Amino acid sequence: MTETRVLLANIDEPDLNTIAVYERLGGYRAMRKALLEMSAEDVLHELGESGLRGRGGAGFSMGKKASFIPKGAMDKYLCCNADESEPGTFKDRLLMQKNPHLLVEGCIIGSIAAGANKGFIFIRGEYSVQADILEDAVAEAYEKGYLGERILDSGHTFDLVVHRGQGAYICGEETGLLDALEGKRGNPRLKPPFPANQGLYQGPTLINNVETLCNAPIIIDHGADWYRKFGEGNSTGTKIVSVSGNVQRPGNFEVELGVTVRELIYGLAGGPPEGRELKCFFPGGSSAPVLTKEHLDLPYTFEAMAQAGSMLGSGAIIVVDESEPLVPLALRLAEFYRHESCGKCVPCREGTNWTVKVLERVDEGEGTPMDLEILEQVQGNIIGNCLCVLGDSMAMPVASMLTHFREEFEQHMEEARLARDLEELPAMGAGELGAVPEAGPV
Amino acid sequence: MTDERHSSVAGQPATSDTAGALHSVPLPPGWDEAVRLDEDPATIPDPASVEVPAELRAEVERRMAMYPEHHSAVLPALAAAQQVHGWCSPEAIEQVAAVMQVTPAYLSSVATFYDMLRTQPLGSHYLYVCTGVACHLRNAKAVYESIEAQAGEQGLEDWEVREFECLGACDMAPMASIDGRFIGPIEEGDAGELVTALNEGRQPFPGRGLSDPGFRLPWADGGAAPDRPGPPEQPDVHPAGGTWKDAEVLDMPPAEGPSPHPRPLLKPLDPGTSEVPEPDEEP
Ligand SMILES: Cc1cc2nc3c(=O)[nH]c(=O)nc-3n(C[C@H](O)[C@H](O)[C@H](O)COP(=O)(O)O)c2cc1C
Ligand code: FES
Repeated sequence: MTETRVLLANIDEPDLNTIAVYERLGGYRAMRKALLEMSAEDVLHELGESGLRGRGGAGFSMGKKASFIPKGAMDKYLCCNADESEPGTFKDRLLMQKNPHLLVEGCIIGSIAAGANKGFIFIRGEYSVQADILEDAVAEAYEKGYLGERILDSGHTFDLVVHRGQGAYICGEETGLLDALEGKRGNPRLKPPFPANQGLYQGPTLINNVETLCNAPIIIDHGADWYRKFGEGNSTGTKIVSVSGNVQRPGNFEVELGVTVRELIYGLAGGPPEGRELKCFFPGGSSAPVLTKEHLDLPYTFEAMAQAGSMLGSGAIIVVDESEPLVPLALRLAEFYRHESCGKCVPCREGTNWTVKVLERVDEGEGTPMDLEILEQVQGNIIGNCLCVLGDSMAMPVASMLTHFREEFEQHMEEARLARDLEELPAMGAGELGAVPEAGPV
Repeated sequence: MTDERHSSVAGQPATSDTAGALHSVPLPPGWDEAVRLDEDPATIPDPASVEVPAELRAEVERRMAMYPEHHSAVLPALAAAQQVHGWCSPEAIEQVAAVMQVTPAYLSSVATFYDMLRTQPLGSHYLYVCTGVACHLRNAKAVYESIEAQAGEQGLEDWEVREFECLGACDMAPMASIDGRFIGPIEEGDAGELVTALNEGRQPFPGRGLSDPGFRLPWADGGAAPDRPGPPEQPDVHPAGGTWKDAEVLDMPPAEGPSPHPRPLLKPLDPGTSEVPEPDEEP
């Protein structure tokens, strides 16, 4: 039941969003070190050695990704993924609202590692308050000479622009983000080529999540060896975990990777309401397959979640307690992905639509056992067959609910059908089953 | 997005069952009108012949200068035009097209993709009520329905009221966004005051907005989330709470005393797959 606050260490400090307070607490020290005392290779090396893995969903090594960026003089770009639309995730919001300069500093360090001279923070349009705060922070950093031409008289030039999205989950997918940033519909691109080779405006592009980049100043400041002391195995460092749903104290908690899921859900977030048991939880945003009570004592790491058949994803735990019927929940989930599917590839566009239709039938009492079979089949045909993983992001959790709770789906379907039948019986007293209709006039 | 192509017919408001409905696939008005093949497609407008409000022109041009490729300014430009016109009306699109020197069709194709860009005159302010998965687990649907009912009863001019996907504030669920101001947790009973305040031009529920000064979640000081009673314990924050300015302190062991839930050694559930797959097949 302990938080280990590294990223959030100063989060309650008044006016942390101003450059004066941020610098008083040691801010921009890492940037100076990276620019004046280290070479770009050193910075890249340090980030790689830290073992930092992406916090946006895929968990790919940040240092490795940055090392894929080709060397040499050409236009290269850094994109910070601040789209944060994965249901259940609200950690980047906290960082940007309270500690925007940490992100600005992280972007500068990321740009050194990638050799990028131009950077964009792609923030979802719904975060307008946070975008305003970020824009102010960027302006302050320009004033101080931390952004722009030849920062601190080093050879490094870096410009940073805050770019607001206009409401589309798919723009969180890295190539959808690039298209949106180029002023198009946010359709994902076919990969390869990967953004590291051909990204924004066809130039090499490093794309990282807000939290990933916020770790960079800490790693440069304290060193990779210090950073690696946190965490477990290949999951190094701390992680801000957003816990929501049926818990008594939803919120963001920063923990070392490797604490048990139980500590997060029960210790920090207070567990389900008094007298209710946990039914299942999404360990990494709504795109992660659900896990159940038996997984509560697993350490919260990328590896353990993958081995249990799910993923750590964006680090958002959504808790579902036993009082919650799963069919409407699965339906709500599927509706989200149907709404957000860009429509470019068939398995996702059609698959999400059919999943919603079948779940609606089941929920409304129109379902038959064959519907559950179809539901399963549809998910199987989506997984691995889409242009990007949005389709899988619906298919995997829906399939996992069906696997773990098939009986509940069957029971829900039967009960809904009975309820519908009862409704349709006309003029039957109070609608009681077996009541004999009164004899009417012949 | 897939299902929400809107009509190009100006001034035709969406019917109530198409506005914000997540449940049925709405057919936008005009979907069954034949394409006018006899008309030429609109071309890039002549900048001299389109009148553009000075402020809008300045904002679009400022934005265009910020990117290596001026097309990148499309989203900020459409958002700015929407602020001026209340929605991405044909007139708004024409003006942006004139300044950016692109076709109106290109801009419409972009505008129809994004949830926050209005291609119908639904109101120049927005009230998004989140009914995403985490909010769904906290009664959001009922909250949305009561707000919708109140808006219908009291009337709510010039506001786009709709269900929205996860707004990134599930800690304050169920929640809503009033032109970007996040409020929560809200209850069904709050709907009346919410709509009244908006109608009277007041800020609803001062102090309950995420960015309001001194905002704290109701359970931050030891309470529990609404409709979830019970005496929760306070988490003990790491004693080294202030550390990144002071690295050494964090090297302390994270907790004193044994953990109430001892951490087991990780055992793979499927002994066949003890190798952890790489999460992403990057090059
Ligand atoms: C449908 C979809 C939505 C995504 N949304 C986000 C998002 O909102 N924020 C984010 O950081 N990454 C998101 N990602 C992951 C990104 O594609 C990408 O992996 C990530 O930004 C890389 O940064 P990281 O290595 O720092 O995690 C999404 C991926 C998919 C397929
Ligand atoms: S689900 Fe409502 S804010 Fe996330």
